[in-house]
Amino acid sequence: MSSKAEAPPRREAGFSVVGKRNRKVEGRKKVTGMAVYADDLVFPRMLHAKILRSPHAHARIRGIDLTKALAHPGVLAAVTGKDLPVPYGIIPWTRDEYALGLEKVGYVGDAVACVAALDELTATEALALIDVDYEVLPSVLTIEDALAHEDEPHQVNPFAKKGNVSKHVALAFGDVDGALAQSDVVLEETFEYAGSTHVPIEPHCAIGVPELNGVITVYTSTQVPHYLHRELARVLRMPADRIRVIQPVVGGGFGGKSEPFDLEFCVAWLALKTGRPVKLLYTREEVFYAHRGRHPMRMTYKAGVTKDGALTGVKSRILIDGGAYSSFGLVTTYYSGQLLTAPYRFPAYAFDSTRVFTNKPCNGPKRGHGSVQPRFAFECLLDMLAEKVNLDPIEIRRRNFIGDNVRTVNELRVTSNGFLQCLDVVEKASGWKERWRKLPYGKGLGIAGSMYISGTNYPIYPNDMPQSAVQLKADRSGRVTVFCGASDIGQGSDSLLAYVVAEELGVALEAIRVVAADTDLTPVDMGAYSSRVTFMVGNAAIDAAKKLKKLVQQAVAEAWEVPAHSVWLAAGQVGTWDDPEKTIPPAEAFQLAEAKFGPLGSVGAYNTPKDVHGSYRGGTIGASPAYSFTAHVAEVSVDVETGFVKVDKIWLAHDCGRAINPTLVEGQMDGSAYMGFAEAVMEEQAYKPSGLHDGPSLLDYRIPTSMDCPDFESHVVESVDAEGPYGAKEAGEGPLHPSVPAIANAIHDALGVRLNQLPFTPGKVLKAIAARPGAWKGVG
Amino acid sequence: MSELLHLEVNGEPAACKADPSTTLLEALRYELGLTGSKQGCDKGDCGACTVLVEGEPTLACITLALAVDGQRVTTVEGLARGPELHPVQDCFDELGAAQCGFCTPGMLVSAYACLEKNPDASVDELKLALSGNLCRCTGYTKIFEACLKAGARLKAERSR
Repeated sequence: MSSKAEAPPRREAGFSVVGKRNRKVEGRKKVTGMAVYADDLVFPRMLHAKILRSPHAHARIRGIDLTKALAHPGVLAAVTGKDLPVPYGIIPWTRDEYALGLEKVGYVGDAVACVAALDELTATEALALIDVDYEVLPSVLTIEDALAHEDEPHQVNPFAKKGNVSKHVALAFGDVDGALAQSDVVLEETFEYAGSTHVPIEPHCAIGVPELNGVITVYTSTQVPHYLHRELARVLRMPADRIRVIQPVVGGGFGGKSEPFDLEFCVAWLALKTGRPVKLLYTREEVFYAHRGRHPMRMTYKAGVTKDGALTGVKSRILIDGGAYSSFGLVTTYYSGQLLTAPYRFPAYAFDSTRVFTNKPCNGPKRGHGSVQPRFAFECLLDMLAEKVNLDPIEIRRRNFIGDNVRTVNELRVTSNGFLQCLDVVEKASGWKERWRKLPYGKGLGIAGSMYISGTNYPIYPNDMPQSAVQLKADRSGRVTVFCGASDIGQGSDSLLAYVVAEELGVALEAIRVVAADTDLTPVDMGAYSSRVTFMVGNAAIDAAKKLKKLVQQAVAEAWEVPAHSVWLAAGQVGTWDDPEKTIPPAEAFQLAEAKFGPLGSVGAYNTPKDVHGSYRGGTIGASPAYSFTAHVAEVSVDVETGFVKVDKIWLAHDCGRAINPTLVEGQMDGSAYMGFAEAVMEEQAYKPSGLHDGPSLLDYRIPTSMDCPDFESHVVESVDAEGPYGAKEAGEGPLHPSVPAIANAIHDALGVRLNQLPFTPGKVLKAIAARPGAWKGVG
Repeated sequence: MSELLHLEVNGEPAACKADPSTTLLEALRYELGLTGSKQGCDKGDCGACTVLVEGEPTLACITLALAVDGQRVTTVEGLARGPELHPVQDCFDELGAAQCGFCTPGMLVSAYACLEKNPDASVDELKLALSGNLCRCTGYTKIFEACLKAGARLKAERSR
């Protein structure tokens, strides 16, 4: 349970904010109940809306009769797909869903119509009065069904180019078959990763507020205000300059709020129609239907090693269950292959991934998007290979380390890489050398490693504008206001902005105000996804702050008759190297600058390097300005009579480049390991044969309570990236990846059996024990 | 249908209208403007709505408002001592125990109830006391750390 940072001595040199365990800027609001989330907002004359959802997994909508619903006392307006007939989608090439079902519904829970009424209860009553004429179609619920029945009426998504294939990617790097043929050991295994969902504790909520002059404001619990802004303009057929998106405090995202949802279009349309504010709050059940969670994947991996444990080639075939729509699926399909190529060197590599449409809630990006599943498969296979060549599984990982400042086999540019240190730290902390393969039957240790992106080199829609921008305003009071479109979803985005600006301008954190995620007020940032915020927003903030700092330095230098470069701003003081006695508070320095230059402001931006991706089609996907690296050791105790897997502890070490705030980095690491642990042993987004969700509630879909969790011991490793802000890289998603394979490998150490199918529930464990050669088959 | 509901909320008298079906959470959030307590599931599974009724942790989303008529209710807004944070709030803030913050109000109320009764609560006792409050961000690690530190501070206060 303890957490501690491995602090290199150099951090103390020269930083006054960076590397310190500062509080979060909004922390006090959150511990006093004063933080305002979407559902906490109330507007005069506000209406409440509810969405009617499909009871069928697959059906054609022949007609919708709103007459009775509209006549219900207290109902003011209703909307159907015909009012919003423009397809949208987060990826511009796969706009394949409608705000409300237009001609079809694709899963149980798909949106059909929406009603606005004086209160929530009246709106709910009105839903029962809507007559929908469905023509029920045969549904496809499995990958096999989707591939076997491709044509009408089995085609799930009419936008699909062919049958039920959402996306197919096949890429090969080097002669993988030749490499495998020359290996001393080759193994092939199939793994199945179950779907799971994000479960932010805050259900999605949106409010549409009609403003003067035909402007519409949408307050919503989103991670991507900018992308939502674009899609709202598209679907509402309004100029983007008439639409304002404001993200209030968001109660958790994890990828589950990173694209537009039906409710945002509905509240905007209904607010414009009625001229009144309209709020829509999902029920917990609806959150399970909105989903966009972890894709189920069936993955067959073949890999070879030399007798010394050097990887020769890796090859995979992956089938991905996409659900009814594309969401980020194009990217998911690429990521399933692209993001496996470090921290180990692959001399040759090939993958063939196919995402299919099925009549289930749409899968999308959940923390560690697209790469958590392949990572599980590969790290288990690597353990098996280590065993075959008689190597300690940590040793085989060290031997195959790809190094820093290298290109991967698929041409991703890796800069800093602290993976070896991560291995060292968890090996030592867990007592690996003394305990692995030496614990009693039922107890075991397992290791796994991983890498992840710090944002994507290319934004979701092609453009040459900055990926992140920050605007600063400083005034004679000494205050600095930071404007940025970035989304704080609990990870500390607002605090990051404040820390960076405080570091650069030397002002106290209390003198900084952060205005974020409001498309009217803040310069565009792409949002909180792909672990991009620290790297990109941090760099944009440094750029803006350095420009403002220059103005202050010039003005102070002129007043004091010293060189501008001698003027320093740090720790709540402005001074000059030329005269140690001379210091003034920032407010006085700002006044000098305001007198010289007029009102003080600056803008800064970050854009990704554009020449560091693969030179093949698809080579841009997976390219990131920097990669983070992680290693976990998990310890498990398996009850061999019940098959229950208790994860006792996870030691994790994560190379985040530099921890701008170690407390927040550890928090991301603990939370990532937690989420991976939950996917390993508890969670599954499962469906009944009819396509109905197996239990869309927190009583049925069990997430870990305080009693279920292992201890997490998070160790920060700092490789100090040359391009990251102060050397920082991501920390929010990478540390999830190794949890699952580390637990799987620990179960193997405990029992001598391999579990290739998630989650590791007691039934599967008992079956695996019983299937062991020579296993005790029970009495009688 | 509506009746007048009287409560003592965070030490002050409060009154609002309530239907027989109005939950305590709805009365607090939508009638009394105390939006600190959160609705995460509306069926007693997540604990984000936890408040104290007569000092006992209670799920406000499955408690009918009129059933607690006349009783003392404490919400997250009532934990601080005037402008000064209660140690459990301060430690949550200091140690990063609130990430998205949505479970935090209920989590704090449960932690407050546990620690006010027993500042010496062990990690195991805390785990039990917080087992009805789901957190999706932290893995609970920083929450336990914050509670232990707050307990130590409360104990020190009492021995003064």
